[in-house]
Amino acid sequence: MATVTFDRATRAYTGGERPAVDALDLEVEDGEFLVLVGPSGCGKSTSLRMLAGLEPVDSGTIRIGSRDVSDVDPSNRDIAMVFQTYALYPHMTVAQNMGFALKIAGVAKHEIVTRVAEAAKVLDLTDYLERKPKALSGGQRQRVAMGRAIVRNPQVFCMDEPLSNLDAKLRVATRTQIASLQRRLAVTTLYVTHDQVEAMTMGDRVAVLKDGVLQQVDSPRAMYDRPENVFVAGFIGSPAMNLFEIEVAQDGSTHLGSFTLPLPRDAAEKLTSNRVTIGVRPEDLRLVADGEGIPATVELVEELGSDAFVHASVRGSEGAQLLEVRVDPREPPTKGSEVWLAPDPESVHWFDTASGLRLSG
Amino acid sequence: MTSSSIPLPLTKQPVAATVSVAAGRAKKRLTSPWASLFAVVLAILWTLPTFGLALSSLRPERAIKTSGWWTFFSNPQVTLDNYRAALSSDGGGLSSYFVNSFVITIPAVIIPVCLASLAAYAFAWIDFKGRNLLFVAVFALQIIPIQVTLIPLLSLYVKAGLAGSFWTIWLSHSTFALPLAIFLLHNFMKEIPRELIEAARMDGAGHVQIFFRVLMPLMTPALAAFGIFQFLWVWNDLLVALTFAGGTPEVAPLTVGIANLSGTRGTAWHLLSAGAFISIVIPLTVFLALQRFFVRGLLAGGLKG
Repeated sequence: MATVTFDRATRAYTGGERPAVDALDLEVEDGEFLVLVGPSGCGKSTSLRMLAGLEPVDSGTIRIGSRDVSDVDPSNRDIAMVFQTYALYPHMTVAQNMGFALKIAGVAKHEIVTRVAEAAKVLDLTDYLERKPKALSGGQRQRVAMGRAIVRNPQVFCMDEPLSNLDAKLRVATRTQIASLQRRLAVTTLYVTHDQVEAMTMGDRVAVLKDGVLQQVDSPRAMYDRPENVFVAGFIGSPAMNLFEIEVAQDGSTHLGSFTLPLPRDAAEKLTSNRVTIGVRPEDLRLVADGEGIPATVELVEELGSDAFVHASVRGSEGAQLLEVRVDPREPPTKGSEVWLAPDPESVHWFDTASGLRLSG
Repeated sequence: MTSSSIPLPLTKQPVAATVSVAAGRAKKRLTSPWASLFAVVLAILWTLPTFGLALSSLRPERAIKTSGWWTFFSNPQVTLDNYRAALSSDGGGLSSYFVNSFVITIPAVIIPVCLASLAAYAFAWIDFKGRNLLFVAVFALQIIPIQVTLIPLLSLYVKAGLAGSFWTIWLSHSTFALPLAIFLLHNFMKEIPRELIEAARMDGAGHVQIFFRVLMPLMTPALAAFGIFQFLWVWNDLLVALTFAGGTPEVAPLTVGIANLSGTRGTAWHLLSAGAFISIVIPLTVFLALQRFFVRGLLAGGLKG
């Protein structure tokens, strides 16, 4: 068990325009489940591979506990990794796969057998120990990959999109299994995913990366409630937050069509230009009586059973804009109808358009 | 989501349909009686000379020298005298050559396979400076024809005091085999997913353990395929053996012995058929025993898994 510290860790591929990971500063606490999330190419996998030792650290350091591991060979870092493709050894049985690291480490045979059996029990793999990977289903292979990691009882788990090869239903089930297993073992875990739902549901904290730069690290709740910039606001949350740029009038208010939204004072103070980006989550928009909010035309209604989402187009002063609104699933408006929308002023997120940074809210 | 998933089944079906129709047509063509007949005729034509040779080797010396093997059926006479004569030391003396062939072939297969698999690992998975250049250089060595190297090699061996020993043949066959072996095994190793090597590294394995515990078991088909190739090549080789061991019968292989049967004794070519058969038996056994690996090894290079 140990903390993991990225101290201005940088990885620049030769020939790349910008570093794949740029001066990453990140602290993972002992026993914490930290999720790295971001769009593809944001450097999240590279960060993980740097910690694992599969990518060199070009500048800065990475520490496990107080030990600088930046130049340590992966075999000596005491890190177990779960790969996206599982990377099971095809010629070994499940038991041999799980016990491979222990065998390399020279652990006594009977102890390997006990530890593999224990891990197999936890992961419900006891009946499959003598099978080869090719005779297993995708979910079972995924569990073997997990088993190979937990058998070692390492200081840190690295997981690189371990669920992306599973079908949707199994993914949801495995998600909770991994999260609860990690809570039980209390091993510091760095988990990489591109799926923000996975990030929100599994992590103690979530770190959002974009273009190799860390955007925000926070608990899922705080990340959702107070995104630090426009990118995080748009990335976290499903369906995504409605974002639109707008001009601030002389009196410090903003106009969405005929609807007026006053800019909070603390936000106005931080504003560097006269343009703001307003963010409203779909659940913070309400359907109101005619004439009270912003007029919009319903373009599409998505009914999910528990929720219904309306895609409505608003014709503002700066062209048409699509808004997504959560509505009562029992009486959604019909397609093509006119509705009036109003945001909950308390839940509006204000961002500086020029810098993209959060102003208030 | 919904809009993108609708056209899928529509486009998928015709593709699947054409594939199965084409497969069905191909199957029909291949299983037609005419095709079978053609295959059988081809097989007979192909085997006929070997069959004739086998029959000749069992006929008495006089019969061989006076009539063709097909007359055997009107006047069957079977004898093992030819084999006895070919193997005995006062006749062909093939039995000692036979042993030499083994002594030559086994190390000449093992040495290049071992060296090439180690080199292939380094070329495939160890990042060192000048790797690509060196790899191209090794591969390019194949351009050099064997014949050009024979005389310089021979003089080198003489200078090194190796002339007339098995080492000359072992070393020559190994060096000639290495470029292709390294290239083939390297390509096969590259096919193994990178994650597997990375997983082994994470599990604490060093290069030696990765090589022996992870890669070697996965490489068996490729090693077997190359091993068979090399075995057949060395066993059937005459040029290299004649150059380096032609003057020293105590280290010369079977091929040299057989060549001498007709060459030095002009009239004794009734021994040739028996000698040829003695020579064929071993590669035939090896091939039949290992052909399972052979076929799989050839496929394994092209397909994953």
